[in-house]
Amino acid sequence: MKKFMFVNRKAPYGTVYALESLEVVLITATFDQDVSLVFIDDGVYELVKGQQTKGIGVKNFSPSYRALEGYDVEKLYVDQASLSARGLTEADLLVPVQVLDAQAMGQLMAEQDVILSF
Amino acid sequence: MLHIVNKSPFQTSTLQSCLRMAQAGHALLLTEDAVYAATTGTAWTEQVRQACAKLKVYALQPDLDARGLTAKLIDGVSLVDYGGFVDLTVEHPTSHAWL
Repeated sequence: MKKFMFVNRKAPYGTVYALESLEVVLITATFDQDVSLVFIDDGVYELVKGQQTKGIGVKNFSPSYRALEGYDVEKLYVDQASLSARGLTEADLLVPVQVLDAQAMGQLMAEQDVILSF
Repeated sequence: MLHIVNKSPFQTSTLQSCLRMAQAGHALLLTEDAVYAATTGTAWTEQVRQACAKLKVYALQPDLDARGLTAKLIDGVSLVDYGGFVDLTVEHPTSHAWL
């Protein structure tokens, strides 16, 4: 089993990166790998509660983050500085996460076998 | 004139450049990922509040709703729907969509 990290740094909907990342995460989990998801910069916006996409005619994929647990993807990490710069706290997020500082995040990255960036 | 910005202020310098060049009395419409600039408590909030004193600032509500942040709208920013977007482009003889 390899350690895979997915680094999410883009807001949802404005570009397709967030959705593409989620799809690759689900595929990787199917192959029974050790998967971690990291949310940095605008990536933290992917996890904001209460997304209502009817008005823009795009599928709201945010509930899928709650389904990750069912695929044994339970390692979700969020960068503290990215949250604060955006006026967000853990209470604004739709899934339980571990909030890390930059040093802890850097150490976690260094422990991985594969890092994929979106 | 009307300035339209669609990029997150955290990701590109688009909003920053627009705010440097927009003149008093101009209108600014935030759409897509630029609506993050219209929310409270961020590293951009103060700058957007200041812009509201000089410009008429609008945010596209369907884009804020999609991102779950309509409740965090900065006072002084007005919400518009797609019809309002069209009205703004008609009211202003010049539009610049900053890409």
